[in-house]
Amino acid sequence: MQTAGSSQFEHAALKNYLLDHAYDEMFLGTGELHAHCRQLLEHFTSLPEEELQRRKQAADLSFLNQGITFTVYGREEGTEKIFPYDLVPRIVTAAEWATVEIGLAQRITALNLFLKDIYNEGRILADGVVPREMVYSCKHYRRQMSGLQVPRNVYVAVCGTDLIRMENGEFVVLEDNLRVPSGVSYMLTNRRVMKRIFPELFRSYNVRPIEQYTQLLLGALRSLAPEGRPEPNIVLLSPGVFNSAYYEHAYLARQMGIELVEGRDLVTHDNIVYMRTTNGLRRVDVIYRRVDDDFIDPLAFRGDSILGVAGLFNAYRAGNVTLANAFGTGVADDKALYAYVPDIIKYYLSEDPVLKNVETFLPTRPKERQHVLANLDKLVVKAVGESGGYGMLIGPQSTAAEREEFARKIEADPRNYIAQPTISFSRAPCLIGNELESRHVDLRPYVLFGDKVTIVPGGLTRVALNRGSLVVNSSQGGGSKDTWVLS
Amino acid sequence: MLSRVADSLYWMSRYLERAEHTTRLLDVNLNLMLDESAASAERRWRRVLQALGWPKDIEWTGEPYSLTYSMTFDTTNKASILACIISARENSRHVREQISTEQWHRLNSLYLQVTRPELQMGKQTEAQAAGVAQPSEFLQSVMEAVHQFQGVTDSTMNHGEGWQFIQVGRYIERASATALLLEAYHSDLWGKGEGNEYLDWMGLLRSATAFEAYCKVYTADLTPDRIFEFLLLDEEFPHSVRFSIDSVGCALEKIQEKSGKSRAEGLQRLSRRLQASLSYSSAEEILREDVIGYLRGIQSQCRAIHDTIYELYVDYSIQAALAG
Repeated sequence: MQTAGSSQFEHAALKNYLLDHAYDEMFLGTGELHAHCRQLLEHFTSLPEEELQRRKQAADLSFLNQGITFTVYGREEGTEKIFPYDLVPRIVTAAEWATVEIGLAQRITALNLFLKDIYNEGRILADGVVPREMVYSCKHYRRQMSGLQVPRNVYVAVCGTDLIRMENGEFVVLEDNLRVPSGVSYMLTNRRVMKRIFPELFRSYNVRPIEQYTQLLLGALRSLAPEGRPEPNIVLLSPGVFNSAYYEHAYLARQMGIELVEGRDLVTHDNIVYMRTTNGLRRVDVIYRRVDDDFIDPLAFRGDSILGVAGLFNAYRAGNVTLANAFGTGVADDKALYAYVPDIIKYYLSEDPVLKNVETFLPTRPKERQHVLANLDKLVVKAVGESGGYGMLIGPQSTAAEREEFARKIEADPRNYIAQPTISFSRAPCLIGNELESRHVDLRPYVLFGDKVTIVPGGLTRVALNRGSLVVNSSQGGGSKDTWVLS
Repeated sequence: MLSRVADSLYWMSRYLERAEHTTRLLDVNLNLMLDESAASAERRWRRVLQALGWPKDIEWTGEPYSLTYSMTFDTTNKASILACIISARENSRHVREQISTEQWHRLNSLYLQVTRPELQMGKQTEAQAAGVAQPSEFLQSVMEAVHQFQGVTDSTMNHGEGWQFIQVGRYIERASATALLLEAYHSDLWGKGEGNEYLDWMGLLRSATAFEAYCKVYTADLTPDRIFEFLLLDEEFPHSVRFSIDSVGCALEKIQEKSGKSRAEGLQRLSRRLQASLSYSSAEEILREDVIGYLRGIQSQCRAIHDTIYELYVDYSIQAALAG
């Protein structure tokens, strides 16, 4: 690794800007600017330091005042933090976005077909493309879903796909989030703040709007209403104020103009779901649920759940209410099943995947297991059931003892682990103090599937704000920035 | 609106009203105590406890500051000011999206102010050592914060169904607290004519922020029967029982208009009956007969109104709702 010398970057604000083999969102490897970043850099380097700081404070204050906070678990109740926000927008060109858009639509279409298939006739399993045991051993597989017809055959109505950029600049899929993806409220508020703080810069670029997201989401939910319910009552089901994403739940409900409900607001009778209002019971037709499968119905799933609604699953089974997303979608974003997604796309659509996967080794395959065990110091090992950056071994940064521990775990339970090469995903300029420095970023666009697939041009760019860190999760020092897709 | 939301708004408001009432009672009596002998102090503080409904596990130990401490900061005592503020804030947190940002800020900063750790540890000894000034300052600031919250509520929140539930919560709490206050004073002081009771009567009026308002109507000539009439039956004074019950009735009618319940007749009957009784009774008449019985009747009717609101809007059975 090298720090770009003064010959490369004349401006003092760039003296600590790191360029190496990782793809950089602003500079080419030679230190020249990507054409679409010229104005951006000029703008940021032309503003006096005090002015930059003033704007940074204005942005922070605006987040604080709007109460845009998340809860950190494992600390005292009520520990609320602001999600760190970086002022420098991340720019995606129209051509890059076109590929991403096609690739994401292809992927969600194939994954929906896959879910329909495994919960019904199971052709892909019979044909041996995906091993049966891979599906049935997944802890998010829900046998209760088998044979159940879901409206329009849409299992995943809302999906947040994590993309990263490889060294050659190509976007690849790191992870699909098909259960209850979160973060979209940050995408929307980042944009609102950015437009207020940097109106002149925003105007100088042709940025495609994303504000229509909530309306599109509402449209997708409406299109999935049970038949014979032309004016469906749509609600957002939240676990309540102690959930880390409560702010988002409240925000989306307000923006869509739908009721924000908790489990205790809903009751079922004769397989119909109602909400308790001061004006009596009101029938509920579509539930945009932000509660995990396990907790949603104590009769069908975990009996100790107090967040759920007893009898909800039966009402769903009877077709009287739609849930988005459906139950059991987590089987398709299982980290091990991820390795089969390219085959799944080919199987159902007879197309090559537009967006590639990160190369993934499955210890369930003996040959790959040997490779993984022999190369633990070079690979990243992830536990299949964990998320949020927990339960990981980052090979190059690990100790021998940690590697030994993971080797034992992998041998004992190969299904529970996957391994991937250590990827140096792309870096983007961030304002650290008064200087621009490069930090690793990913991109989570949000895909909606109702009567058709829609993707708003943009997404949540998450930043690993700690120097050298690859972990972008908000619980571990991550932040976010606005994402500008150009038209 | 969702029943849960109505429930939270109602209790948010009720708890704040309760916190304010307790605060004022403590403040007024700490202040009056300065002019009195130890013997009458005991009588006074027993009366305060009675007016607060004999909070569970609180005993009169002869030490006004330790009583003040437990009524203020002891969260194991559910009636303490701190416990009430915490409950109010918790309720508002559950309906953060239904109230205005200004309301939330006001209530949240009150919460942060009273839960400052340094305030609780050593508060007791500090209060004892420093005499009266500091508790009084603290109690004043709590009352001010609650008043500000009420002002902000009225000026920044939609006066829709949610606001009406806030009104109901505030005034039903106020009506029963004032009735209980009158009961405590009546059983202790009325008709006993022991000479200089001016301070006690002033204390009663100030416990309901009524001293100035009373003087405007009746001058500073404090006579028990007029005080009774003023606190119970005055039509225009916002802490009188009658005013409170009128406000409850008015809010309930608005709620009924909005939610269009046909089954609300029972509730209407309860609130209108109490309203009528307060509007058409004379103080003379009540004082001639069973005063305590009358005041207790008001409290039990308030409880009945509360229960009926819950049956109707919040805690109704599914069968009843499906049938209705």
